[in-house]
Amino acid sequence: MSEQEKIIEIEVLRYRPEQDEKPVPQVFKVPFTDDMSVLQGIQYIKDWLDGTLSYRWSCRMAICGSCGMMVDGVPKLACKTFLRDYYPNRVRIEALAHFPIERDLVIVADDFIEKLQRIKPWIIPKEARTLEQGEYIQTPAELDVYEQFSSCINCMLCYAACPQYGLNDKFLGPGIIALLHRYNADSRDGAEAERMQEIHGHEGVFNCTAVGYCSEVCPKGVDPANAVNVNKTKVAQDYFLRFIRPKAKGDCE
Amino acid sequence: MSKRSNEPIFWLLFGAGGMFSALIGPALVIVTGLAVPLGVVFAPDALRYEHAHALAQHWLGKGFLFLVVSLFLWHAGHRIFHSLHDFGIHAGGVARAVCYGVPAAATVLAAAALLSIGF
Repeated sequence: MSEQEKIIEIEVLRYRPEQDEKPVPQVFKVPFTDDMSVLQGIQYIKDWLDGTLSYRWSCRMAICGSCGMMVDGVPKLACKTFLRDYYPNRVRIEALAHFPIERDLVIVADDFIEKLQRIKPWIIPKEARTLEQGEYIQTPAELDVYEQFSSCINCMLCYAACPQYGLNDKFLGPGIIALLHRYNADSRDGAEAERMQEIHGHEGVFNCTAVGYCSEVCPKGVDPANAVNVNKTKVAQDYFLRFIRPKAKGDCE
Repeated sequence: MSKRSNEPIFWLLFGAGGMFSALIGPALVIVTGLAVPLGVVFAPDALRYEHAHALAQHWLGKGFLFLVVSLFLWHAGHRIFHSLHDFGIHAGGVARAVCYGVPAAATVLAAAALLSIGF
Protein backbone atom coordinates (compact mmCIF):
# COMPACT_ATOMS: atom_id res chain seq x y z
CA MET A 1 0.00 0.00 0.00
CA SER A 2 1.48 3.34 -1.00
CA GLU A 3 1.30 6.39 1.22
CA GLN A 4 -1.33 8.13 -0.93
CA GLU A 5 -3.74 5.32 -0.31
CA LYS A 6 -6.72 6.13 1.81
CA ILE A 7 -9.34 3.84 3.29
CA ILE A 8 -13.00 4.31 2.39
CA GLU A 9 -15.92 2.44 3.89
CA ILE A 10 -18.14 0.87 1.27
CA GLU A 11 -21.54 -0.33 2.44
CA VAL A 12 -22.91 -2.91 0.05
CA LEU A 13 -26.47 -4.17 0.09
CA ARG A 14 -26.06 -7.95 0.07
CA TYR A 15 -28.71 -10.43 -0.88
CA ARG A 16 -27.82 -14.09 -1.00
CA PRO A 17 -31.14 -15.90 -1.46
CA GLU A 18 -29.76 -19.10 0.13
CA GLN A 19 -28.95 -17.36 3.42
CA ASP A 20 -30.58 -13.93 3.53
CA GLU A 21 -34.29 -13.59 4.08
CA LYS A 22 -34.11 -10.00 2.83
CA PRO A 23 -31.31 -7.74 1.59
CA VAL A 24 -28.84 -6.76 4.36
CA PRO A 25 -26.08 -4.14 4.34
CA GLN A 26 -22.46 -5.19 4.81
CA VAL A 27 -19.59 -2.74 5.31
CA PHE A 28 -16.12 -3.22 3.84
CA LYS A 29 -13.03 -1.09 4.41
CA VAL A 30 -11.40 -0.55 1.04
CA PRO A 31 -8.03 1.12 0.36
CA PHE A 32 -8.30 3.40 -2.65
CA THR A 33 -6.46 5.94 -4.72
CA ASP A 34 -7.94 9.04 -6.33
CA ASP A 35 -8.24 7.43 -9.73
CA MET A 36 -10.33 4.49 -8.52
CA SER A 37 -13.93 4.11 -9.61
CA VAL A 38 -16.68 2.67 -7.45
CA LEU A 39 -16.51 -0.39 -9.70
CA GLN A 40 -12.84 -0.84 -8.86
CA GLY A 41 -13.76 -0.55 -5.20
CA ILE A 42 -16.24 -3.38 -5.62
CA GLN A 43 -13.72 -5.40 -7.54
CA TYR A 44 -11.29 -4.94 -4.66
CA ILE A 45 -13.91 -6.33 -2.31
CA LYS A 46 -14.46 -9.37 -4.51
CA ASP A 47 -10.73 -10.01 -5.05
CA TRP A 48 -9.49 -9.45 -1.50
CA LEU A 49 -12.31 -9.32 1.04
CA ASP A 50 -15.31 -11.40 0.00
CA GLY A 51 -15.29 -13.48 -3.18
CA THR A 52 -19.03 -14.19 -2.94
CA LEU A 53 -20.03 -10.63 -3.86
CA SER A 54 -22.00 -10.62 -7.11
CA TYR A 55 -22.35 -7.72 -9.55
CA ARG A 56 -22.48 -7.14 -13.30
CA TRP A 57 -19.73 -5.37 -15.13
CA SER A 58 -17.81 -5.56 -18.36
CA CYS A 59 -16.23 -2.64 -20.19
CA ARG A 60 -15.12 -0.33 -17.34
CA MET A 61 -15.65 2.67 -19.62
CA ALA A 62 -19.35 3.53 -19.62
CA ILE A 63 -20.31 1.91 -22.88
CA CYS A 64 -21.58 -1.58 -21.98
CA GLY A 65 -24.26 -0.44 -19.56
CA SER A 66 -23.74 -3.37 -17.17
CA CYS A 67 -22.63 -1.79 -13.90
CA GLY A 68 -25.64 0.39 -13.11
CA MET A 69 -26.29 0.55 -9.36
CA MET A 70 -27.50 2.92 -6.69
CA VAL A 71 -24.59 4.90 -5.24
CA ASP A 72 -25.73 6.81 -2.15
CA GLY A 73 -29.26 6.45 -3.47
CA VAL A 74 -28.54 7.84 -6.93
CA PRO A 75 -28.57 5.65 -10.05
CA LYS A 76 -25.01 5.62 -11.42
CA LEU A 77 -22.68 3.59 -13.55
CA ALA A 78 -20.15 2.28 -11.02
CA CYS A 79 -17.35 2.61 -13.58
CA LYS A 80 -18.10 6.28 -14.17
CA THR A 81 -18.36 7.21 -10.49
CA PHE A 82 -15.31 7.86 -8.35
CA LEU A 83 -14.66 6.88 -4.75
CA ARG A 84 -12.82 10.17 -4.16
CA ASP A 85 -16.10 12.04 -4.54
CA TYR A 86 -17.54 10.24 -1.48
CA TYR A 87 -14.46 10.09 0.76
CA PRO A 88 -14.17 10.60 3.74
CA ASN A 89 -17.81 9.57 4.08
CA ARG A 90 -19.02 6.04 3.79
CA VAL A 91 -20.46 5.25 0.36
CA ARG A 92 -23.60 3.14 0.13
CA ILE A 93 -24.05 0.82 -2.84
CA GLU A 94 -27.27 -1.01 -3.67
CA ALA A 95 -28.82 -2.83 -6.58
CA LEU A 96 -30.68 -0.60 -9.05
CA ALA A 97 -33.96 0.61 -7.57
CA HIS A 98 -37.34 -0.53 -8.93
CA PHE A 99 -36.05 -3.90 -10.14
CA PRO A 100 -36.23 -7.23 -8.33
CA ILE A 101 -32.83 -8.26 -6.90
CA GLU A 102 -31.51 -11.55 -8.17
CA ARG A 103 -28.40 -11.57 -5.99
CA ASP A 104 -26.43 -8.78 -4.29
CA LEU A 105 -26.06 -6.03 -6.90
CA VAL A 106 -27.49 -8.09 -9.76
CA ILE A 107 -31.04 -7.19 -10.74
CA VAL A 108 -33.59 -9.12 -12.78
CA ALA A 109 -33.78 -7.23 -16.09
CA ASP A 110 -36.41 -9.45 -17.76
CA ASP A 111 -39.04 -6.72 -17.74
CA PHE A 112 -36.75 -4.28 -19.52
CA ILE A 113 -35.66 -6.85 -22.10
CA GLU A 114 -39.26 -7.83 -22.82
CA LYS A 115 -40.21 -4.19 -23.39
CA LEU A 116 -37.12 -3.61 -25.51
CA GLN A 117 -38.19 -6.39 -27.87
CA ARG A 118 -41.74 -5.12 -27.95
CA ILE A 119 -40.82 -1.79 -29.57
CA LYS A 120 -38.81 -3.45 -32.37
CA PRO A 121 -35.52 -1.60 -31.76
CA TRP A 122 -34.19 -1.92 -35.26
CA ILE A 123 -34.72 -0.12 -38.54
CA ILE A 124 -37.69 -1.43 -40.46
CA PRO A 125 -37.06 0.12 -43.89
CA LYS A 126 -39.69 2.34 -45.42
CA GLU A 127 -38.98 0.75 -48.78
CA ALA A 128 -37.00 -2.40 -49.31
CA ARG A 129 -33.86 -1.83 -51.35
CA THR A 130 -31.89 -4.44 -53.19
CA LEU A 131 -28.11 -4.62 -52.92
CA GLU A 132 -27.86 -3.14 -56.42
CA GLN A 133 -29.86 -0.12 -55.36
CA GLY A 134 -27.21 0.64 -52.77
CA GLU A 135 -27.31 1.93 -49.23
CA TYR A 136 -29.98 3.95 -47.47
CA ILE A 137 -28.79 7.53 -47.74
CA GLN A 138 -29.30 9.98 -44.90
CA THR A 139 -28.39 13.65 -44.61
CA PRO A 140 -26.60 15.09 -41.55
CA ALA A 141 -29.80 16.98 -40.74
CA GLU A 142 -31.77 13.73 -40.76
CA LEU A 143 -29.15 12.16 -38.50
CA ASP A 144 -29.39 15.07 -36.04
CA VAL A 145 -33.05 14.34 -35.44
CA TYR A 146 -32.42 11.04 -33.66
CA GLU A 147 -28.68 10.86 -32.98
CA GLN A 148 -28.68 11.65 -29.24
CA PHE A 149 -31.30 8.94 -28.64
CA SER A 150 -29.09 6.37 -30.32
CA SER A 151 -26.51 6.84 -27.53
CA CYS A 152 -28.62 4.73 -25.15
CA ILE A 153 -26.64 1.80 -23.73
CA ASN A 154 -29.60 0.07 -22.02
CA CYS A 155 -28.09 0.59 -18.58
CA MET A 156 -31.53 1.09 -16.99
CA LEU A 157 -30.44 3.98 -14.75
CA CYS A 158 -33.44 5.95 -16.00
CA TYR A 159 -35.75 3.16 -14.83
CA ALA A 160 -34.21 3.29 -11.37
CA ALA A 161 -34.72 7.06 -11.46
CA CYS A 162 -38.32 7.06 -12.71
CA PRO A 163 -40.84 7.36 -9.87
CA GLN A 164 -43.63 6.29 -12.21
CA TYR A 165 -41.87 3.06 -13.13
CA GLY A 166 -41.32 2.50 -9.41
CA LEU A 167 -45.05 2.78 -8.81
CA ASN A 168 -46.15 0.82 -11.84
CA ASP A 169 -43.78 -1.44 -13.70
CA LYS A 170 -46.28 -1.87 -16.54
CA PHE A 171 -45.19 1.62 -17.64
CA LEU A 172 -43.07 1.28 -20.77
CA GLY A 173 -40.58 3.65 -19.18
CA PRO A 174 -38.10 6.35 -20.22
CA GLY A 175 -35.29 4.39 -21.88
CA ILE A 176 -37.55 2.25 -24.04
CA ILE A 177 -39.58 5.25 -25.18
CA ALA A 178 -36.33 7.08 -26.02
CA LEU A 179 -35.27 4.07 -28.11
CA LEU A 180 -38.67 3.85 -29.74
CA HIS A 181 -38.27 7.50 -30.66
CA ARG A 182 -34.76 6.84 -31.95
CA TYR A 183 -36.18 4.47 -34.59
CA ASN A 184 -39.39 6.38 -35.30
CA ALA A 185 -37.41 9.56 -35.92
CA ASP A 186 -35.00 7.83 -38.29
CA SER A 187 -35.67 8.91 -41.90
CA ARG A 188 -34.91 5.37 -43.11
CA ASP A 189 -37.52 3.76 -40.85
CA GLY A 190 -41.12 3.16 -41.80
CA ALA A 191 -42.62 1.44 -38.75
CA GLU A 192 -43.78 4.43 -36.74
CA ALA A 193 -47.48 3.54 -36.93
CA GLU A 194 -46.69 0.07 -35.59
CA ARG A 195 -44.59 1.35 -32.69
CA MET A 196 -47.07 4.08 -31.78
CA GLN A 197 -49.44 1.35 -30.64
CA GLU A 198 -47.04 0.57 -27.81
CA ILE A 199 -47.19 4.10 -26.43
CA HIS A 200 -50.76 5.29 -26.98
CA GLY A 201 -52.20 3.25 -24.12
CA HIS A 202 -52.33 4.03 -20.42
CA GLU A 203 -48.96 2.42 -19.78
CA GLY A 204 -47.41 4.32 -22.68
CA VAL A 205 -46.28 7.94 -22.75
CA PHE A 206 -49.14 9.25 -20.63
CA ASN A 207 -48.02 7.30 -17.59
CA CYS A 208 -45.17 9.84 -17.41
CA THR A 209 -45.74 12.90 -15.24
CA ALA A 210 -42.75 14.85 -16.57
CA VAL A 211 -40.53 14.50 -13.51
CA GLY A 212 -37.42 14.58 -15.71
CA TYR A 213 -35.08 12.71 -13.37
CA CYS A 214 -34.49 10.12 -16.12
CA SER A 215 -32.66 12.67 -18.24
CA GLU A 216 -30.67 13.88 -15.27
CA VAL A 217 -29.22 10.46 -14.43
CA CYS A 218 -28.53 9.32 -18.00
CA PRO A 219 -24.77 8.69 -18.24
CA LYS A 220 -24.80 9.08 -22.02
CA GLY A 221 -26.49 12.44 -22.38
CA VAL A 222 -29.72 11.00 -23.76
CA ASP A 223 -32.83 13.00 -22.92
CA PRO A 224 -35.60 10.40 -22.44
CA ALA A 225 -37.91 12.99 -20.87
CA ASN A 226 -37.80 14.89 -24.14
CA ALA A 227 -38.51 11.75 -26.16
CA VAL A 228 -41.52 11.03 -23.95
CA ASN A 229 -42.79 14.59 -24.26
CA VAL A 230 -42.39 14.67 -28.03
CA ASN A 231 -44.32 11.43 -28.22
CA LYS A 232 -47.09 12.71 -25.96
CA THR A 233 -47.64 15.34 -28.64
CA LYS A 234 -47.45 12.73 -31.39
CA VAL A 235 -49.93 10.44 -29.64
CA ALA A 236 -52.26 13.39 -29.00
CA GLN A 237 -52.08 14.42 -32.67
CA ASP A 238 -52.69 10.86 -33.73
CA TYR A 239 -55.63 10.62 -31.33
CA PHE A 240 -57.51 13.34 -33.17
CA LEU A 241 -56.08 13.08 -36.67
CA ARG A 242 -56.91 9.37 -36.98
CA PHE A 243 -60.48 10.39 -37.80
CA ILE A 244 -59.52 12.44 -40.83
CA ARG A 245 -56.53 10.72 -42.34
CA PRO A 246 -56.53 7.57 -44.45
CA LYS A 247 -55.76 4.40 -42.55
CA ALA A 248 -52.07 3.55 -42.39
CA LYS A 249 -50.66 0.05 -42.12
CA GLY A 250 -50.69 -1.19 -38.54
CA ASP A 251 -53.33 1.28 -37.40
CA CYS A 252 -55.76 0.25 -34.77
CA GLU A 253 -58.86 1.75 -33.30
CA MET B 1 -50.18 -3.54 -28.58
CA SER B 2 -52.26 -1.69 -26.05
CA LYS B 3 -55.67 -0.09 -25.96
CA ARG B 4 -55.64 3.56 -26.96
CA SER B 5 -55.91 5.87 -23.95
CA ASN B 6 -58.24 8.88 -23.87
CA GLU B 7 -55.58 10.79 -22.00
CA PRO B 8 -54.73 13.07 -24.99
CA ILE B 9 -57.95 15.03 -24.40
CA PHE B 10 -57.01 15.80 -20.81
CA TRP B 11 -53.34 16.19 -21.56
CA LEU B 12 -54.04 18.78 -24.26
CA LEU B 13 -56.35 20.72 -21.91
CA PHE B 14 -53.63 20.46 -19.27
CA GLY B 15 -51.01 21.64 -21.74
CA ALA B 16 -53.12 24.53 -22.99
CA GLY B 17 -53.91 25.54 -19.41
CA GLY B 18 -50.24 25.31 -18.45
CA MET B 19 -49.15 27.47 -21.32
CA PHE B 20 -51.93 30.00 -20.75
CA SER B 21 -51.41 30.21 -16.99
CA ALA B 22 -47.64 30.49 -17.36
CA LEU B 23 -48.07 33.33 -19.83
CA ILE B 24 -50.70 35.40 -18.08
CA GLY B 25 -51.14 33.92 -14.57
CA PRO B 26 -48.47 36.02 -12.83
CA ALA B 27 -49.60 39.14 -14.70
CA LEU B 28 -53.19 38.55 -13.59
CA VAL B 29 -52.11 38.16 -9.97
CA ILE B 30 -50.12 41.38 -10.10
CA VAL B 31 -52.80 43.39 -11.91
CA THR B 32 -55.89 42.19 -10.02
CA GLY B 33 -54.26 41.47 -6.68
CA LEU B 34 -51.74 44.30 -6.32
CA ALA B 35 -51.65 46.98 -9.01
CA VAL B 36 -55.38 47.78 -9.15
CA PRO B 37 -56.15 47.67 -5.39
CA LEU B 38 -53.06 49.77 -4.64
CA GLY B 39 -53.76 52.16 -7.48
CA VAL B 40 -50.36 51.53 -9.06
CA VAL B 41 -50.27 52.02 -12.85
CA PHE B 42 -54.06 51.53 -12.96
CA ALA B 43 -56.69 53.76 -11.36
CA PRO B 44 -57.97 52.20 -8.12
CA ASP B 45 -61.44 51.91 -9.66
CA ALA B 46 -60.18 50.24 -12.84
CA LEU B 47 -61.98 47.05 -11.93
CA ARG B 48 -65.17 48.58 -10.59
CA TYR B 49 -68.46 46.88 -11.43
CA GLU B 50 -69.26 48.72 -14.67
CA HIS B 51 -65.79 48.03 -16.07
CA ALA B 52 -65.79 44.37 -15.13
CA HIS B 53 -69.32 44.05 -16.48
CA ALA B 54 -68.32 45.65 -19.76
CA LEU B 55 -65.40 43.25 -20.03
CA ALA B 56 -67.72 40.30 -19.49
CA GLN B 57 -70.14 41.65 -22.09
CA HIS B 58 -67.62 42.06 -24.87
CA TRP B 59 -67.13 38.87 -26.88
CA LEU B 60 -63.35 39.15 -26.54
CA GLY B 61 -63.62 39.64 -22.77
CA LYS B 62 -66.01 36.71 -22.56
CA GLY B 63 -63.56 34.50 -24.40
CA PHE B 64 -60.72 35.60 -22.17
CA LEU B 65 -62.62 35.06 -18.93
CA PHE B 66 -63.88 31.69 -20.13
CA LEU B 67 -60.38 30.50 -20.99
CA VAL B 68 -58.94 31.77 -17.70
CA VAL B 69 -61.53 29.93 -15.62
CA SER B 70 -61.72 26.77 -17.67
CA LEU B 71 -58.16 26.13 -18.79
CA PHE B 72 -56.58 27.07 -15.46
CA LEU B 73 -58.83 24.55 -13.74
CA TRP B 74 -58.22 21.79 -16.31
CA HIS B 75 -54.52 22.36 -15.79
CA ALA B 76 -54.80 22.27 -12.01
CA GLY B 77 -57.08 19.23 -11.94
CA HIS B 78 -54.79 17.16 -14.12
CA ARG B 79 -51.71 18.22 -12.18
CA ILE B 80 -53.30 17.43 -8.83
CA PHE B 81 -54.56 14.06 -10.05
CA HIS B 82 -51.11 13.03 -11.23
CA SER B 83 -49.38 14.49 -8.19
CA LEU B 84 -51.52 12.23 -6.00
CA HIS B 85 -50.05 9.32 -7.93
CA ASP B 86 -46.54 10.75 -7.53
CA PHE B 87 -47.05 10.88 -3.78
CA GLY B 88 -47.94 7.21 -3.82
CA ILE B 89 -51.66 7.80 -3.30
CA HIS B 90 -53.15 5.46 -5.84
CA ALA B 91 -55.90 7.74 -6.93
CA GLY B 92 -59.01 5.89 -7.99
CA GLY B 93 -62.36 6.80 -9.44
CA VAL B 94 -63.29 9.30 -6.74
CA ALA B 95 -60.12 11.35 -7.14
CA ARG B 96 -60.53 11.22 -10.90
CA ALA B 97 -64.14 12.35 -10.65
CA VAL B 98 -63.19 15.28 -8.39
CA CYS B 99 -60.06 16.34 -10.29
CA TYR B 100 -61.76 16.32 -13.68
CA GLY B 101 -65.32 16.90 -12.52
CA VAL B 102 -64.55 20.31 -10.98
CA PRO B 103 -63.00 21.73 -14.17
CA ALA B 104 -65.77 20.21 -16.30
CA ALA B 105 -68.47 21.71 -14.07
CA ALA B 106 -66.64 25.04 -13.89
CA THR B 107 -66.35 25.11 -17.68
CA VAL B 108 -70.10 24.68 -18.06
CA LEU B 109 -70.85 27.18 -15.28
CA ALA B 110 -68.45 29.77 -16.67
CA ALA B 111 -69.94 29.43 -20.14
CA ALA B 112 -73.47 29.69 -18.76
CA ALA B 113 -72.64 32.69 -16.57
CA LEU B 114 -70.86 34.53 -19.38
CA LEU B 115 -73.69 33.91 -21.79
CA SER B 116 -76.34 34.97 -19.27
CA ILE B 117 -74.57 38.33 -18.85
CA GLY B 118 -75.42 38.99 -22.46
CA PHE B 119 -73.63 40.93 -25.14
